[in-house]
Amino acid sequence: MSDFENKPGVPENGAFFPRDLEMHPPAFYPDYKTSVLRSPKHARLSLNNTISEMTGPVFGHNMLGELDNDLIHNFAEAGQSAIGERIIVYGKVLDERGVGVPGALLEVWQANAGGRYRHKKEGYIAPLDPNFGGCGRVITDEQGNYRFRTVKPGPYPWPNRVNDWRPSHIHFSIFGHAFAQRLITQMYFEGDPLIWTCPIVATIPDKRDIERLVAPLDMANTIPMDARAYKFDIVLRGRRSTYFENRREGN
Amino acid sequence: MVQPLNLLKETPSQTAGPYVHIGLTANYAEIKGIYPEDIGAVMLTDKTKGERIKITGRVIDGAGTPLRDPVIEIWQADANGLYNSPEEKRGKADENFLGFGRCACDLETGVYSFETIKPGAVPFIDGRMMAPHITFWVVARGINLGLHTRMYFGDEEEANASDPMLSRIEQQVRMPTLIAERKGDTYHFDIHLQGDKETIFFDI
Ligand SMILES: [Fe+2]
Repeated sequence: MSDFENKPGVPENGAFFPRDLEMHPPAFYPDYKTSVLRSPKHARLSLNNTISEMTGPVFGHNMLGELDNDLIHNFAEAGQSAIGERIIVYGKVLDERGVGVPGALLEVWQANAGGRYRHKKEGYIAPLDPNFGGCGRVITDEQGNYRFRTVKPGPYPWPNRVNDWRPSHIHFSIFGHAFAQRLITQMYFEGDPLIWTCPIVATIPDKRDIERLVAPLDMANTIPMDARAYKFDIVLRGRRSTYFENRREGN
Repeated sequence: MVQPLNLLKETPSQTAGPYVHIGLTANYAEIKGIYPEDIGAVMLTDKTKGERIKITGRVIDGAGTPLRDPVIEIWQADANGLYNSPEEKRGKADENFLGFGRCACDLETGVYSFETIKPGAVPFIDGRMMAPHITFWVVARGINLGLHTRMYFGDEEEANASDPMLSRIEQQVRMPTLIAERKGDTYHFDIHLQGDKETIFFDI
């Protein structure tokens, strides 16, 4: 299923570092009202990884279509393109040890430039863009790098408190090499004042961790007369190497 | 001062939100022509080895209402207990079975379902066998960090009784929340986010 293999001789069978549940948003966060009835009340049961979590599906580059990483064109009529500020989002998927994660599947989705999603349950009055679907995907290269092209999503209002607006954001779903690394998050844009008024952003307890979701504008990687660049690195759980570990049978 | 460890921190989670279908099940969301199919929508081919089963259920909130917006992912071993993953070092899994499924709950009824095979048993960390099980991962609006749980099979009483994970659960009264009841070829597995029947979720 995969078109890469781990480097021979590098023991990569160790358990993943425990997830820092104090850093992640808590399940229950009343200012984000939907979380109230959807938050488990019991503590999560902490257990060591087994093979069921240390493995995971890996997707090959051959599943990708030519325009999968080009949201400006992947839903557009021939010769047309999506309306909005043209941007490139790029970065690296790393694990907590700083090692690049090759072969990671990133699936992204977003509103159009006016803040409207192409979705049945979406009721915002901003118009759909006939040339914008709102999803794309990319698989990281040997070093863990990825990039895709899109238009900058607009902010949008949502039913929570009477006047809540989401900052411009792109949703990311990430598969590493193990189900234990599975993660969904959102990328925000440098300089957006709505970041600091959004209760979904505020579910993350520490401001420094929120800032790790804010992509800076990168003029160096901007294509002149074409598209600005934003950099967004993603860190997945890391794992122990197993050089000195007793390898127990069946593990 | 001491030397820094130089470990990075995991990227914080954010909710998948109400429009998760656009990203994860585009065809189901009626965004056609971008991907030929939604990944994980079909788990089996004619050549897949193993006993055909169906798994179905709902995700239920603290008011007893089924959620209509979640996306559920499952991850499981093949019929011989091997994972189709580069991390699997014990042998080669069935090449006609990835073992990954993804299903959006029905936008009207909240029901999800998977057509898959019953997995073989896989070993625990100490080499003892675990009872056959399937890993579940649930995301939705209002869920701030994906919920990870396991489904065990109701007709595997003996294996379940000696399962090293199930026996570590201190509150054994909650253990049945992880066990799906079998009727014919179908297993019913509801996931309760709150209440008396709150499902056990794992930090794993
Ligand atoms: Fe969104």
